[in-house]
Parts: sequence; structure tokens; C-alpha cells
Amino acid sequence: MTALDENRRKLLKTGGGWSLAAALAAAGMLPSRAALADWNKSAFDGKNVAETLKALGIEPATASASLVLTVPDIADNGAVVPVQIASRLAGTTRLALMVEKNPNTLTAVFEILPDAVADVSTRIKMAQTSNVVAIAVADGKVYSATKEVKVTLGGCGT
Amino acid sequence: MRIRAAVGRDGIVEVRVLMSHEMESGQRVEAGAVVPAWFISQVTATHNGRTVMTAQWGPSVSKNPYFAFKFRGGKAGDKVALSWTDNRNETRSDETTIA
Repeated sequence: MTALDENRRKLLKTGGGWSLAAALAAAGMLPSRAALADWNKSAFDGKNVAETLKALGIEPATASASLVLTVPDIADNGAVVPVQIASRLAGTTRLALMVEKNPNTLTAVFEILPDAVADVSTRIKMAQTSNVVAIAVADGKVYSATKEVKVTLGGCGT
Repeated sequence: MRIRAAVGRDGIVEVRVLMSHEMESGQRVEAGAVVPAWFISQVTATHNGRTVMTAQWGPSVSKNPYFAFKFRGGKAGDKVALSWTDNRNETRSDETTIA
């Protein structure tokens, strides 16, 4: 059987739930976007900050005033909590955002490439009142900033 | 996606993005069954084809995600493109011109 036949067979077999592109990618015929950087499942499954950092391959962090985490003191709606992380630490290459009391601790990881500024904003879900933890990796060292957000109405069911 | 990119006086380009996605948390129960997680897991931002930032997200990013970031080296008229992949391997890409 030629390689092409084999791929065709794989296509037919996997055709049901998969898109054509995904099947082709699985057969090595197309570059998969997801293959560029695999989604770190073990990190996103982490249940606390220490476990999550370990899964990310990041050392334990020390608090730094040069890492600025901006969150509201009180969030009426836990489904939409605005968060900004800005690092003034030279050589910041990675930022991570965690919520201690969410079912899974890790919310997001940002890779700060050389021309990017270590300043990102997003909106996150919080199940309940919790510490929000920002992590920065700068010059190979690990820094954190922590702030508590009081959540009036949890946003986990959304 | 709605993307706005503008260069400031300091030469830094600020990009603000609104994506349209359910971002189902995987925690929600509907009719006695857990609704499976469905979320954008990877985001890539490029400036004139050069990657400036990538991100990995979990399902605790809010529904219809907002994402803002900044980079150096862009000027008015340059292209900024965003693309995402979700955990069902669906993808979407959009681009805009820096104002």
C-alpha cells in the first residue's frame, strides 16, 4: 500500500468527528497550528499555584513590586473580571495569570517575544472570592504579584 | 474578531481585540449533564507576518474574550493579524491595519 493510500484510509477512518484539515494534519500532510506550541494540559489541570508553576517548568516565585497586577477590589460579576498584568522587570519573557480558588488555577500564559511589551489585559472568570496571582519570568528569575478580588456572584457556571 | 491597533506617541502599538467565542468552562451543568469545556486554547499575534506574542488560554478566560497587548516597531499602515485555535481545533484569523 502506498503512503497516499494509507493517508486516504486514515482520512476515511477519522472522517466522522474530525475536520478534513485535522485529519490531514494528523497524517502529517499539513502543518498543524496546534503543533507550533502544544497546549500545556498538565499546567491547565493544576489545582494550586505551586503545582501549576511546576507543570509550566517555572521555579517558585518571589514577590516583586515591579510586577503590577491591576484587578478590581470587588467584582460584582465573577464571569467578567478585568485583569491587567504589566511587568517593568527587564527581560520579561513570560507572563502567567492564576486564580487560587478556581477549579483549575491557571487562566493564561503569555509569551512575550522580543518586540512585545510585557503588558497584557484580558477578562477572566472567577468562581468565588480569591487571590489572583500574576507571574513574570524575567532574565530567568520568577516574580509574582498577588491581589485579592472579592466576588459577589461567582462566574464558574458561565 | 474585532481588532483595533493604534500607534502611540511613544512608538508603541497598542492592540485591542474582541473575539467571539463561547469559552464554555466545563464546569457548567445543564439538564443533569456537565457541558464539555470549549475554549480558545492558543492565540498568536503577528505584525507584518512576524510573530510578536503568543498565548495559551484555559477555559477561565471570559466568554467573548477581550485581549489587549502592546509591541514596538510598528507604524501606521502596517498589518496586525490575530489568530486563535480552540480545543476542538477550530481556528480563526483576522487582520487590521495600524491606525
